[in-house]
Amino acid sequence: MSKMTMEQLAEIKLSNAQIAWRAAQDIEDGAYVNLGIGFPEMVAKFQPEGREAIFHTENGVLGFGEAPAAGEEDWDLINAGKKAITLKPGSAFFHHADSFAMVRGGHLDVAILGAYQVAENGDLANWSTGRGGVPAVGGAMDLVHGAKRVAVLTDHVTKKGDPKLVAACTMPLTGVGCVTRIYTSLAVVDVEAGRFVLREKLPAISMEDLQALMGAELTTNGPVGDLIAPEL
Amino acid sequence: MDKQVATLAEAVAGIPDGARVMIGGFGGSGAPIELIHALIDSGARDLTVVNNNAGNGHVGLAALIEQKRVKKLICSFPRSADPRVFTEMYLAGEIELELVPQGTLAERIRAGGAGIPAFHTPTSYGTDLAVGKPTAEFDGKPYVQERWLKADYAIIKAELGDAMGNLSYRMAARNFNPLMATAATHTIAQVSRVVPLGGIDPEQVVTPGIFVNSVVEVAEPAQEEALNRAEAVYP
Repeated sequence: MSKMTMEQLAEIKLSNAQIAWRAAQDIEDGAYVNLGIGFPEMVAKFQPEGREAIFHTENGVLGFGEAPAAGEEDWDLINAGKKAITLKPGSAFFHHADSFAMVRGGHLDVAILGAYQVAENGDLANWSTGRGGVPAVGGAMDLVHGAKRVAVLTDHVTKKGDPKLVAACTMPLTGVGCVTRIYTSLAVVDVEAGRFVLREKLPAISMEDLQALMGAELTTNGPVGDLIAPEL
Repeated sequence: MDKQVATLAEAVAGIPDGARVMIGGFGGSGAPIELIHALIDSGARDLTVVNNNAGNGHVGLAALIEQKRVKKLICSFPRSADPRVFTEMYLAGEIELELVPQGTLAERIRAGGAGIPAFHTPTSYGTDLAVGKPTAEFDGKPYVQERWLKADYAIIKAELGDAMGNLSYRMAARNFNPLMATAATHTIAQVSRVVPLGGIDPEQVVTPGIFVNSVVEVAEPAQEEALNRAEAVYP
């Protein structure tokens, strides 16, 4: 089995913006969506023409828009990342218990999060490396329960080249069996019946090379599409 | 009936050492900065504080922690841009932390205010934060039992208030404030403006006055973010 070097991977892999773009293509018009703090927030920028998702933030806003211009911030109007946001027509405010009723109660269509590790049974580790320091969980453990789809955006491997899609998570879990789809820098992978199922991969990587970057078996079930993202 | 209190000092005067105090806000939005500063001035110590975060910079909750008034913090996210005060004390073993997932924290407070001693949630099942908690299966899915959270005092921030304690909020500054108002024995609200009875349309009252004991007016309240950008330090 051949194995690509980190340098070769760096040349072909998608950027974070391209991963976010790919995830955005799967969000339907009118979907209620929660984007995790950081990298997943980029998904909002890549909504396809003619589709408009309604974004939810844990601290009690539905239907918010982009960041205001510098100097225009209203610090009563922020997102879960404590960043200033703006309102779009049709937005709503609510308290924290209602906000998490939207999450756990199955009212969100999609939650998109980052990951340290995802296991083939859908377990997610994304809140703690388990290496000490100050533990902080925020809403991550809530967000993985209830949304109709729980998607993860991640580099396919760690900076050292270790698999992030694994047989079993070694880091502290955020949730058990919760992830439904993973958008990586190399592929789109679904979690189905306890297995990783490949849906799309970069044309520049072979099945064998992709499998070599996984910590668990990569299966197929039907056709595998080409993962092609625009330059962004 | 008039729940108005003339000064911040008077509003917090009854909070004793060792009290459990819920403090509203999410980050700086909805944080009752002036009430927290009055609490620092009051000298109360050994407090158990319930808040989503651990404060930022050297004002508000961060200042309360920095002044060593907080024995234990119950929160979901004690990490953010500048939580050095909490981080240093936590790593030195000088402050206790009970970490609670954010939605569970909100629901525990709601349960406390609603007289529901425990409930089941899917959140945290199978994780380190569920260790030691009872679990149960409902319709074939596993859930973790969580307990209500109540407090001796809640200090919260609202936009409008009246003499009966009816409150309305401003934008995302609502967050935990209405929940905490229900879950404390004594709830103190700072409001940007006290209006005459009827000044808040009954349809727009978010927290009915039954949940509020004291109202103190703080016109043009400070924003934590603005104070931190100005590198403010309290006291």
